[in-house]
Amino acid sequence: MILGIETAVEHVGVALGDHRGIRAHTMVASDRRHAESLTPMIRFAMQQAGVEMTDLSAIAVDVGPGLFTGMRVGMATAQSMAWALEIPLVPVCSLDALAMNAEMSELTVATALDARRGEVYWSLYRMRGVGMEPQRLTEPVVSSPEDLAVHLADRAEDTICVGSGFDRHAELFEVSPWAQLVGHDALFPSAASVVTLGGHRVMADDTVTAMQLQPMYLRAPDAEINWKTREGSR
Amino acid sequence: MSFEVTESTVVLAIETSCDETAASIVMGGNDVLSSIVSSQIDIHARFGGVVPEVASRAHLESIVPVIDAAIAEAGILPSRIDAVAATAGPGLIGALLVGVSAAKSLALVWDKPFIGINHLEAHLYAGLLDDPTLEFPLVVLLVSGGHTMIIHMKGHGDYTVLGRTIDDAAGEAYDKVARFLDLGYPGGPVIDRIASEGNPHAVEFPRAMMHDGLDVSFSGLKTSVINHVRKNPGMSNVDIAASFQAAVVDVLCAKTIKAAQQVGAQGIVLGGGVSANSFLRSEMSRRGEEAGFKVALPSRAMCTDNAAMIAAAAWHRLKSDGPRELDCGAYPNLKLAEVPR
Ligand SMILES: [Zn+2]
Repeated sequence: MILGIETAVEHVGVALGDHRGIRAHTMVASDRRHAESLTPMIRFAMQQAGVEMTDLSAIAVDVGPGLFTGMRVGMATAQSMAWALEIPLVPVCSLDALAMNAEMSELTVATALDARRGEVYWSLYRMRGVGMEPQRLTEPVVSSPEDLAVHLADRAEDTICVGSGFDRHAELFEVSPWAQLVGHDALFPSAASVVTLGGHRVMADDTVTAMQLQPMYLRAPDAEINWKTREGSR
Repeated sequence: MSFEVTESTVVLAIETSCDETAASIVMGGNDVLSSIVSSQIDIHARFGGVVPEVASRAHLESIVPVIDAAIAEAGILPSRIDAVAATAGPGLIGALLVGVSAAKSLALVWDKPFIGINHLEAHLYAGLLDDPTLEFPLVVLLVSGGHTMIIHMKGHGDYTVLGRTIDDAAGEAYDKVARFLDLGYPGGPVIDRIASEGNPHAVEFPRAMMHDGLDVSFSGLKTSVINHVRKNPGMSNVDIAASFQAAVVDVLCAKTIKAAQQVGAQGIVLGGGVSANSFLRSEMSRRGEEAGFKVALPSRAMCTDNAAMIAAAAWHRLKSDGPRELDCGAYPNLKLAEVPR
């Protein structure tokens, strides 16, 4: 049984299951209360699904890109649990999990999460069917939504667009003949997708230990950017 | 949850409120089996101060290794741990959340009580950890980069703030003066070191609010240091540092002793990172004892942020209030008298 944790976006999600299916899935839209909600939600989901701590074989967690504070809440939780239970971890990229919202698509899928400050985290996928791992066509990056719009226009192929990044900057993409916006019901990755992707990686023995888990920030802290600019201009 | 707290109760505590990632195992509220502190000072030095996002990232990297080391050094099995505590505030919210999340997860996995602790209250317990013979009431001078408070500790969980800074914290004043003199970061240790070679009477810097109440102010002192250096460009940093430090320590000692006299304290205790300052320690000892007070100087490791003090406070809070729910969050502006819910 795999525990899936999703806190890198504006909601908190917990799911239990494996690559064959989902046993439990809870979600709360709670922008600023990730830490308050997460541990009680894990306890609730496990109790309701009749899953004991000793039943857990791995923990899959969204490691970003996304909300820095939110993703750290999920990662600190996943790491501590995995360390205490001596079980492996699967780092799941938020955009990979987000692509699962369009898992039935035969067209190219573009994912974008609102990165705030007028930027988006994004990457492109080819889907391989329901419950299957998507294939990345581009690596996750952070850029202006205008850059993403130019990229999609250059590819000039019909593309399914999912995620809060498209919703936030809808005016840029609505006018594109290539972009098909999925809209409000697919803004964020779900914990169930984190479990599904985690399940495939556990089957492939592609896991890490609690000490090896790495976040995917894609953006340096402001202070570091400012410091480098200052040093560079000396 | 009913929970009995005894001399053999073992607490694992986690501290991540600022720039130290720390974990500790303490038995019975005062027997420190291990205390691991991973400092981020080097990471923040180039920025001249603690950068919250940089701190949060470093906490996440260190949290599990630090907990692992605390348990290994204590030489116990995780099954021996009876409760898990974490600093819930005050502090940097993103930093606090890493420790709170880790502690709550461990409590969940091990099915043990969780308790969120007030960092300021824990500093009061640091002094008691090193000297269990101290008797209430006590007056505690809590001085760090973020806080400057004179506290009346009447008993466990019973505190009144008698005085505080109306502007900069003492540690902040050290950092700002050190930055102005180009001495590096953090300012406290470097000023302390060079001041020992200087003349503390070279410049008689002002002692603000010396005779009004128990509050203190350091912003005017910082300004007069800056003005003096600009007017006297040839003067040695060593004498400036010694004179600045003499003014800070003079005010802190005078106000703390006055507070202890007002409330009839049994003793004076130092706490917080600035209380590792050697001149403050020697002056407070000398002047406090001259005034007839027992003066407790916690070890330097207990003055700066650590998790043993969190575990000690947790033991007393578990005894008086019992454990908390797992929906505890982080409370960046928590006041001394407030208990995280
Ligand atoms: Zn502190």
